[in-house]
Order: sequence, then structure tokens, then C-alpha cells
Amino acid sequence: MTIPGFIIKNALRNKRRAALCILSVAASLFLLVSLLVVLNEFTNPPEDAGASLRIAVRNKVSLATPLPVRQRPLIAKIPGVEAITALSFFGGKYKGEENTMFAQFAMDPEQLEKVFGEAKLPRDQLETWISNRTSCIIGVDTAKRYNVKIGDKFQLIGQIYPVDLDLTVVGIYKGTTDDRNVFFHQKLLDELTGDLGQVGMWWIKARSPEDVPGVIDRINAAFANSSAEVLAETERSFQLSFISMWANIKVLISSICSVVVFALILVSASTMSMAIRERLRELSVLKALGFRRHELFAFILAESFGLAAIGFLLGAGGAWLLYSSVNAPTLTGGMFPTLDVTPRILGLAALVTAILGVVSSLAPAFTVTRLSVVDGLKTLD
Amino acid sequence: MTAAPIVQIRQLTKVFRQGEINVTALDRIDLSIQSGEFLTLMGPSGSGKSTLLHIIAGIDRPTSGECIVQDRNIATLNESDLADWRNQNVGFVFQTFNLIPVLTAFENVELPLLLTQLNSRERRRQVTTALDMVGLCDRMKHLPKQLSGGQEQRVAIARALATDPRLVVADEPTGNLDSHSANEVLEILRTLSRDAGKTVIMVTHDPKAAAYGSRTIHLEKGELVT
Repeated sequence: MTIPGFIIKNALRNKRRAALCILSVAASLFLLVSLLVVLNEFTNPPEDAGASLRIAVRNKVSLATPLPVRQRPLIAKIPGVEAITALSFFGGKYKGEENTMFAQFAMDPEQLEKVFGEAKLPRDQLETWISNRTSCIIGVDTAKRYNVKIGDKFQLIGQIYPVDLDLTVVGIYKGTTDDRNVFFHQKLLDELTGDLGQVGMWWIKARSPEDVPGVIDRINAAFANSSAEVLAETERSFQLSFISMWANIKVLISSICSVVVFALILVSASTMSMAIRERLRELSVLKALGFRRHELFAFILAESFGLAAIGFLLGAGGAWLLYSSVNAPTLTGGMFPTLDVTPRILGLAALVTAILGVVSSLAPAFTVTRLSVVDGLKTLD
Repeated sequence: MTAAPIVQIRQLTKVFRQGEINVTALDRIDLSIQSGEFLTLMGPSGSGKSTLLHIIAGIDRPTSGECIVQDRNIATLNESDLADWRNQNVGFVFQTFNLIPVLTAFENVELPLLLTQLNSRERRRQVTTALDMVGLCDRMKHLPKQLSGGQEQRVAIARALATDPRLVVADEPTGNLDSHSANEVLEILRTLSRDAGKTVIMVTHDPKAAAYGSRTIHLEKGELVT
């Protein structure tokens, strides 16, 4: 027999309780990891490879306020700008859905490769899209979700714009961090709305990462004190300002995470206390045989830590396996393009497990180390 | 009885505090126990015999006085040193056996040896020897619940002998046994004293059990009765 073997036998002496304790830890850690994944998706959206070169330009008043098309040639001439496209959020509903979980944008098809180069679209499909004003391209996730194929009709009911779109799918792209979006011609939107001379935003590709700060400054300066002042910022900055609107949800999820951890510690501490209370007499016998306080403390700590660690493997490991093997858009009804259990999240769950192991063993260990052999031998007599 | 005393007790007093009241369990005891002796301690409940045994075994501390066991005043040892001392010098036998239920007989006997520097082969040899002394080599893979009360107590005696201590203390070892098993256990303790040279100190209520000892002392209200 070895000391670890002795500890394992003790930990598993009441198999039902050990199993329930492990399962409660596993379920709680699964929930915690899931919440952290969702929180991560809210606060830390994935970046495309070309994100460092892209600049988003929106109306300084608000995101919902359009920009005049006359800005395009002025921006295109700014040194450091390699490409520019309009990007207007359509916000329509697909086939009468209550909540359509993919976004639709009007843009300049000729600029797709230049501005959003990571979108992989076969050349022939791109050319067809460019040449056909009523066509669209859709992300592979949306194509799969709605079983849409090239050549199918794709109808969108306008909610922001007072027009409906009757599009033909001519391309299916993939390779972006969010392969759900639908893109169609800005010119089509202009035609249908009576050519208002407006776009939602400008998206720009800078020549190099070093050009980005200068381009941003020059764009902002170019339209300062005009009737349509702009706010140019990096794609990352734009995403984060967009996300800041989720503030309350972040607080809510963080609060639930805290409650989960707190409840988890209470359950584990209670289980360990019961387990040790039943064995006070045996632990006193061990003391009589020559085991020292710190050795008994180590036994209890190892037992508590071991149960928590198995719970971690089942809970956090299970979450990792699940989220890395399922299709995130399908699982979340299209809400999240990815569900990544990042090393940081796993590290956080491991830290919670370690704290759990230590905290839940403290009270029983304290009781055992303080208990005299004689008093311990009298228990349950 | 010419050997030097293994236990020397001088003016040993133990006072327990129960709420506001001080209870004197042992009152200025003087006692000398020779090496190889089989001493039985008798007396009514509350007379202090178990307290005296606990102090000699190093699991309780006196309020005052000296308790010198094998030339060491164990009352002065700190917790950690006292634990080491117990492991090396004292074997315990309890009334309720106190075996670890999830360990086999072999593993229970091996338990105190985990604190020593012995390798697994040496541990196995000592455990086998101890189990052989109590006649339970054929039960070494059995869990305590698969043994009779008498067999459990014999495993407990083997555990007490595993580290080869000079001193074996037994607190009413036959209290939970039928007369046949009790006689077996007492015979083993007597053999340990007589043939193996162990010093055995046993607390008992039973005069028949006390008769197995080489000397019997009586305690009453914390004092030795001559």
C-alpha cells in the first residue's frame, strides 16, 4: 500500500457520495465554463486576419445615422487608403422569421476581395455576383442552416428600409469569423430606395498597419465641421464599442458565474465536512499511530483536491469537448458563430477547482488538527 | 525482574476542566514499570486508569509531574516529536479495534510502517511476521468486516507490533469480545510479554483478564491503591 493508494481508498469509501460530489462539481464547472464562453463571445469577438488593416467609418452622431455617398471619392483619395466599400446594414427578416439570426449588408461587390479578403469565394461565383445586380452571396453557415443552394431565391423583408429584397443566391463564401452574413449590391438598395445618396458606413482597407492611425486621423479631420461628421476607428475598436451595448448582460452573466462558484464551494465544503466528521475516530487512530497534523491535513487536502479535479475533468473537459465538436451556430440558434473554450477559460476553471479543493478542506482539516487523540477516540463510542 | 524500569512516573497529576469545575483524574501518582512486565491496571469507571494509560502512551499530557518512558520525559516533547516517538515506541490496542474499514488486514497492519523508511519488501516482511504472531496470515487480504471480533482484535495487535515497539498499551482489549476470543487475545498479550520481551500495559475491568498479567495495580479516584 502507498500513501496515495490510502488516500484514494478513503476518498472512494462512500462511492455514492463521492460520485454525487464529483457530479455536482462537474455540473457546476460545466455551467461556469459555458457562461464564460458566452461572456467571452460577447466581450471578445474573434478577429479576422485582415482586421488589423480595416477601418470602420460611421456617422459621428450615431451608428443609425447614414453617411452621404459624396464622401467616397474624398476618402478614396486620402493617402494610405487602399480600398473602400459602402456597407449598409439592411436588417431584414428572412421568410417571416420572428428573429433572423444573420445580418444582411449592402456593399460594393467589386471591393469584396480587397476589403474582406479572408472571405473565400470561388472566382466564377464572385464574377457572377459582380455582374448580377439582384444577386447575393451568403455565408456557408446560413446556407447550411436554411439548406440554401446556389440558384435559390432568397427573400428578405425590410424592417429598417421600406423595401423587400428578392435576391438570387450566386455564391457561398466561407473563411471569415462569422460565416453567416448575406451580402448584396449597394446599387440595388439605392435603386429600391430611390437613390437617396446615402450609405450606412464606409469600410476601408489601409495599405499597411502603420498607415492605419494616420488614415483614421485624416478621415476624421476631412469631415470635421461638415454636415456629416464621421467617426473613423479600427475594426477592433468598432467591435468593442458595439459590444459595450451588452453591458448589462455582461454584469448578469458575471453575477451568475459568481453565484455558481459560491454555491459550488458550499456544496463541496459540506460534503468534505461530512466525510471527515464520519472519520474523526479513524483520524485520531492515525494520530495515535504516529501520523502528524500536517500529514493528516495533506490527506484531507489531497482527497478534497482529487474529487474536485475529477469534477474539473468531467465538467470543464466535457464542455471543451462539446463546444469544440458541435456546430456553434446550430447549437445557439445562430446567435454565436463560434463557441471557443479558450485556454484562459480552462485556466480560470482550473483555478476555481484549486480554490475549491483548498477551501472545502480547510474546515475539516482544522477540526482534525485541533482534535486531541483522546477526544477523537471518544467520538461515536 | 532485574531489568531497568521502562516507565518511571513521578508525582503525576492530571486535572480536567469541566466547565467551571476542575476534576482531578490522577493525583500525584508514583509508579515504576519494569521492561518485559505485563502490568494490568484495574479500577472502577472514572478511577483514572485509562488516563494513566493515555499519558504513558503519549496521547495525553499530564498537568504536572514526570512521565519518563525509555529514558525520555515524554511530557516535554512537542506534538511532532511525540507523534514520531509514538510511532517508534508504542503499539496501541483499543477496545473497539479501530481498524480502518476500507483497508485489508495486511494494509491495516502496514499503516504505521508507512511512516518509516522501510521499502515495500521490508514492510511486507514485518507485516507478515506480525500477522504470523497473532495467527492470521491466512486472513491478510480480508477486510475488517469479513473478520470476527476476535480476529479484528488480533489484527489490531498485529498492527501494534508492526513497528516492533518495546511498549504495547491495551485499553480494555477484551471488552467487546466473547470469552473464547478474549482468552485468545489475552494469551497473545501474555506471550508478547513473556516470550518476546514486550512491556504490556493493559487496562481492564475483568479480574479474569487481569490474572493474565504479571502484576496488577488498582486505581481509585485517581490514586494508586496498594
